[in-house]
Amino acid sequence: METIWFCLVAVMIAMYVVLDGFDLGAGAVHLFVARTDAERRAVLRSIGPVWDGNEVWLLAGGGTLYFAFPALYASSFSGFYLPLMVVLWLLILRGIAIEFREHVQSLVWQPLWDAVFSLASALLAIFFGAALGNVVRGVPLDRAGTFFLPLWTDFTIGKDAGILDWYTVLVAIAALATLVVHGALWIALKTEGDLALRARRTAARAWWGLGAAVIAITFVSFRIQPHLQASFQARPWGYVFPALALAGLVGVRLMNRRLRELGAFLCSCLFIVGMLTSAAFGVYPYVLPSNSDPALSLTVSNAAAPLYGLKIGLVWFIPGMLLATAYFVYTYRSFSGKVRT
Amino acid sequence: MDALTVHRLHFAFTVTFHYLFPQLTMGLALLILVLKTMALRTGDDRYNRAARFWAKIFAINFAMGVVTGIPMEFQFGTNWARFSKAAGGVIGQTLAMEGVFSFFLESSFLGAFLFGEKRLGPKAHWVSAFLVFAGSWLSGFFIVATDAWMQHPTGYRIGAHGEILLSSLWGLLLNPWLLWQYLHNMSGSVVTASFVMASVGAFYLLTRRHEESGRIFVRLGVIAGMVSTILMAFPTGDGQVHNIVFHQPATLAAMEGLFHTAQGAPLVIVGQPDLDKRRLDNPLTVPNALSFLTYQRWKAEVKGLDAFPPDRWPDNIPLLYYGYHIMVGLGTIFIAVMALAALNLWRGALYRSRPVLWLLMLMLPFPYIANTAGWITAEVGRQPWLVYGIIRTLDGSSPHISAGNALFTLIGFMGIYTILAILFLFLVYREIEEGPERPLEPLSPAI
Repeated sequence: METIWFCLVAVMIAMYVVLDGFDLGAGAVHLFVARTDAERRAVLRSIGPVWDGNEVWLLAGGGTLYFAFPALYASSFSGFYLPLMVVLWLLILRGIAIEFREHVQSLVWQPLWDAVFSLASALLAIFFGAALGNVVRGVPLDRAGTFFLPLWTDFTIGKDAGILDWYTVLVAIAALATLVVHGALWIALKTEGDLALRARRTAARAWWGLGAAVIAITFVSFRIQPHLQASFQARPWGYVFPALALAGLVGVRLMNRRLRELGAFLCSCLFIVGMLTSAAFGVYPYVLPSNSDPALSLTVSNAAAPLYGLKIGLVWFIPGMLLATAYFVYTYRSFSGKVRT
Repeated sequence: MDALTVHRLHFAFTVTFHYLFPQLTMGLALLILVLKTMALRTGDDRYNRAARFWAKIFAINFAMGVVTGIPMEFQFGTNWARFSKAAGGVIGQTLAMEGVFSFFLESSFLGAFLFGEKRLGPKAHWVSAFLVFAGSWLSGFFIVATDAWMQHPTGYRIGAHGEILLSSLWGLLLNPWLLWQYLHNMSGSVVTASFVMASVGAFYLLTRRHEESGRIFVRLGVIAGMVSTILMAFPTGDGQVHNIVFHQPATLAAMEGLFHTAQGAPLVIVGQPDLDKRRLDNPLTVPNALSFLTYQRWKAEVKGLDAFPPDRWPDNIPLLYYGYHIMVGLGTIFIAVMALAALNLWRGALYRSRPVLWLLMLMLPFPYIANTAGWITAEVGRQPWLVYGIIRTLDGSSPHISAGNALFTLIGFMGIYTILAILFLFLVYREIEEGPERPLEPLSPAI
């Protein structure tokens, strides 16, 4: 039962990264890809009807994590206190920037919110990447299963590591590159003309950086977190996840070159899902490993809520998510096609 | 300041600011649905125009509610980790349900409602308005269910190691406390929306602009306000008081400023609690009225604070007392104001009666104050417990977050929320200035 909820939470998080990922990525490249006010407006219109719904996956995923793994929720949210608060501030500023940009027509109003939107989006991608890096690396859990990390110390990955060390910064860069490619492919898919052309070129250029970052973090992750290797050796079928990621990564390149916009975007989705599931598979059964004593790690069993809650949770979660999927299909269908510039 | 105080202020500040927005949007969603229904039934486009205007106000408030709402869910984990670890298996259920059942619904159909009027046609547009209304009222239900469990925990048992286990989901969702608290809260939201609508309408009539729309706003605001202000007092407020009488008797004594147990206890209208001398200064009271209101007998015994050990007293009795009295006092004034306006409306004199319109216009801030005071009553009244009778507030905060770190983020929120408040007032003022007659333009980034 715990493993089912581990998979469900992983799916929720993966959905969040795939969906909100494209609007975060679109934000990160917003200032460079879209030059004129009309183009920037087109970028915002391409995410306008969906960004809020995409962010709901974060809230619903967080809520699911909360009731299925309360000990993990409590430990990680308080341990990552400062970066999470910064994430909240960025989410606030970004949401306001998207919603309020069009309310006033002025030569200072739009550029201001464009800058806020873009900067906040890029920083969010970086923070989410660093968070993932921390989960893979492990944190200094105490006997009560709690910890507190400063934002940074000396950027080494020893016992006194902060939230940002060279490894997590590397993962953060990889996350930014991932979402830049993802977001640029979304803009290419949803817009036309010069804007779409520039977006496609941005994706093609950033792809090289992404490839390099992926090779680097794959290599380093296996050295820093020995449990990853143990997981893949114990259950070799798990290699299917990194294989998916690799297929997605190569697919992005091929599809983008052949101007298959939808295909390229879907390959990017596949790549993100492959990377996240690889990480989840590699870390399992840990949900938050300790970087000092493995015995102190939080696992699916010692962090999970009692059985009754998990069972009854399935009873409403499944129909609830089926409904949510129906809304999701409705929203994206009514919003299909390109945005007119 | 110790860390616990900062954590409490952190939550109090962010939740108080947050609830300024949903308290309007939930009630306004209902009033917009009424306008859309009238438009559909009468075919009169003035109602559609009114609905469009309020949809724009709704959108600004909704965006504010969304961005200030995300920190609320996060803070359970960041600032209240020991509470989350102990109780997350229970309240995580309702919080996750809110995300799954209402946020997906709201976010999917809000865009269709705000920007899809032409594309959808009148009937489908009405449906989208209904779904936004349903989503926001469901969201309110799950949040109040979470709070109701903290006020009066049900559907749980204590495990072998002292942990809190969910034992019945129905027990959690059908909590007897929840029914009255939910209805009381939602009536309060309709009160805010009614006063805001009537206030804007009165402003238009007084300034002789957009008078056609102004009359619709005043009429709907006053009718909805008359109904909702009465529902606030009876039966929902009465039901809520009985929840407290039976389940939080020490809180009742503190709310009423009753230091000593009494037969035929008086109802305090004004007075300042003096905790050192354990008495009320400058009291203005109605003899025996408290006994009657709580037990329907003039001479019934009402337990005072002296009947409870001080470590079970709410830890900020003056704040609780003032919160409660401000709420009840304003609630009474609301009924009087709405009754006066409704009488004038019935006699067909309201649109010309400038004094009453002035009064309606100036009432704008007060429902916000009353709703906030009501929530202060509920949450300060729950103290010293985080979950009544199970977890004390001082045992719930995160163990490793220092006062310095928590103060840093509290100040950060204060700064960002100040900017948000300025932007909000600026944008809402612009919408009201431009008025409902402005033609609809494809303003938004959406569809």
